[in-house]
Amino acid sequence: MARKDSRPEVSRRKFLAGVAVAGASATAAKAATPGTTAADVKRLPAAVEPMAHQVAAETAVPKDMPHLAGKPNSDFMVDVIKSLKIEHIYSNPASSFRGLHESLINYGKNVMPDFITCMHEESSVAMAHGYFKASGKPQMMLCHGTVGLQHAVMAVYNAWCDRVPLIMVGGNDLDASKRPPGVPTFHSAQDIGALVRDFTKWDDMPVSAQHFAQSFVRAYRYAMTPPYGPVLLSLDAGLQDTPVDDAGLYIPRYVASAPPHADLNALREAAKLLVAAENPVIVVDRMARTADGVKHIVQLAELLQVPVVDQMGRMNMPNTHYLNQTASAQNLIRNADLIVGLECRDFWNTVNQWIDNGEEHGHGLRESRIKPGTKLITISSVELNTKANYQDFQRFQVTDIGMAADAETSLPFLIEAVKSAIPGDKKAAFEKRGEALKKAYQTARERQRQTAALGWDASPISTARLNAEVYNAVKDEDWALVTSTGNTSGWSERLFKMDKHYRWLGSSGASGLGYGLPASVGAAHANKALGRFSVSIQGDGDMMYAPGALWTAAHHDIPLLTVMHNNRGYHQEVMHVQRLSNRRNRVASLGKTAGPIGTSIDSPNVDYAGLARSMGWWAKGPISDPKDLGPALKEAVAVVKKGQPALIDSVTQPR
Amino acid sequence: MRLVRSSLGLAALAAGLVLGSSATLAAGDAAKGKQAFMKYGCWQCHGTMGQGSPITGPKLAPDPLPLEAMSTFIRTSRRTMPPYKVEVLPNSDLEDIHAYLSSVPKPVDYKTIPLLAE
Repeated sequence: MARKDSRPEVSRRKFLAGVAVAGASATAAKAATPGTTAADVKRLPAAVEPMAHQVAAETAVPKDMPHLAGKPNSDFMVDVIKSLKIEHIYSNPASSFRGLHESLINYGKNVMPDFITCMHEESSVAMAHGYFKASGKPQMMLCHGTVGLQHAVMAVYNAWCDRVPLIMVGGNDLDASKRPPGVPTFHSAQDIGALVRDFTKWDDMPVSAQHFAQSFVRAYRYAMTPPYGPVLLSLDAGLQDTPVDDAGLYIPRYVASAPPHADLNALREAAKLLVAAENPVIVVDRMARTADGVKHIVQLAELLQVPVVDQMGRMNMPNTHYLNQTASAQNLIRNADLIVGLECRDFWNTVNQWIDNGEEHGHGLRESRIKPGTKLITISSVELNTKANYQDFQRFQVTDIGMAADAETSLPFLIEAVKSAIPGDKKAAFEKRGEALKKAYQTARERQRQTAALGWDASPISTARLNAEVYNAVKDEDWALVTSTGNTSGWSERLFKMDKHYRWLGSSGASGLGYGLPASVGAAHANKALGRFSVSIQGDGDMMYAPGALWTAAHHDIPLLTVMHNNRGYHQEVMHVQRLSNRRNRVASLGKTAGPIGTSIDSPNVDYAGLARSMGWWAKGPISDPKDLGPALKEAVAVVKKGQPALIDSVTQPR
Repeated sequence: MRLVRSSLGLAALAAGLVLGSSATLAAGDAAKGKQAFMKYGCWQCHGTMGQGSPITGPKLAPDPLPLEAMSTFIRTSRRTMPPYKVEVLPNSDLEDIHAYLSSVPKPVDYKTIPLLAE
């Protein structure tokens, strides 16, 4: 907003540099700068012979950027950012925030936060997204407020749908009378927040340094209050360069807001229903953010010996626990008399199904998955913060008890309510239910493993074999499967022993492609400090959206094992084209590719190992013979343990 | 070719066996069947060996459904798998596909695979 007369305007209009220096010094009198203070200027006698630098200032060709006396606002902004202990800024450099950029690396010494160079703003956001889910710490993303934010938008939507906090700052040069013409004006807008307002929690456009401090701390607090979400500050280019001129500037202290738990009466009603139910099922999705979340869902399940279906929006229920009955989800839901949904992204689809066929004039079949009379209870934070335009709230589902609250925060209260509601004569029935579930767990486990053996030696490599080999390679590390994109048919959650909350971080949120690689890099960045071994299974189509993230990982020494699920196509789309072709009685045209025209990534095949090597990774592949995969993974793990990223290109079955 | 083994799917299958295609189907050629399996995109959901996927389509091999039953389902599916009419998938190709699926060897017991036996 308020661009003072101290900066490019002076140089562009060829004013004498000395005039600019004098003006800036007077403006910045309250902010001491080494070597030049307002007091020094005032003490100069008027008749003294000019010093050499004054002569130069009055006679030499003006420099492009006159030296700014005093501390610029952007230095103060760095102090504000540091006060929140933000560790990294994921960014692609841009002129609209050059003031802040300079302050970050020189005044702030590029420490807490440091500047992580990204190749694309969409990758910047996804890296911060992945970093948060691995560490629980929100990071900052800095971009051009126009073209950079335009690049970032899809990833912001992913973060919104995944309820992940993200502090975004977009540079913008507001003063049309002062900003440089040409490209910088193309890159300016009245209201950059409009671009993402439908899927951010809050945004603001500070017009002073103090306003920035208040809004930055507020933005951080809003982002970090469940349900989490991205926030945006529009940062004026002129404001960054203006000297700090307010001696009363302060940085507000950050105090986290207490997260919202469910109404206690509603929880007590839910507890009564849970205790009374014959066949209750708990469905968890994006529930556990922390180790406590996992601990509490296990505690609740054990208390009642209730089967848990984990939809894997996060790692909620250890798959090593016999009450994780995800493998039997369909039967459990069909026979349930009570279903409790905890932070389900799509509860309608949990209790209903839609079949994409030609029925109902091509609209497909809608069928209930549950029997009549089944009671439904939900705890979801989505209702606490939702908007109208984008449809991430999914289809509406009627429930018997609906609680708008944070499920992880609410669970301890629900557990206490359940303890109070359990009558003494129910415990034997719970134990009997538990015994049956132990047997069902073992049966399902054996069935899954026999299914995994189908096509074990197939080439391309089966997705079951891919996951089994990857797990075998990392199982002795303190591993974290940071992403899995391209869909390997759920074999990761069947074959990896997921027993800690960080073993699996969930997916992108909105299924927007271009998430997998940069989010993996961000999560691996966090895990590096946490001493965890990061591994990702990377879809090829997703990789091609954001290959520049490979360079960022190598440049910043981020150890990550990326294993390609290279099925050479956008498989999700294959069946859409096939389905429509069949409905219209046509043979799907393949052209020169393996899948319907437009869905394949072959002819030529992409050399992912070569791509990775070109950006500083250790890489091997393509590998089509499954017996070659294990040895290659062993080599790659050794590389990652030395602190470098490594990629294996494994050519796989479609799903 | 998603063969959903739900009660509804089996009911449709049974009806199809009674009312189904009038054409008589014959044994096909496994080598041609593998090519047809790829050409018609069956492998995209069921895998190149018909091993299936827990997400996109069940296993077709080894031990596929009897040819007539498989044909009925493929022609009349009302589930997620789109029906393949004879104009799209001729009977001769369907016979060859069945022959290919029948030729797929049985998998070994998972307990003999170290990575799965753990």
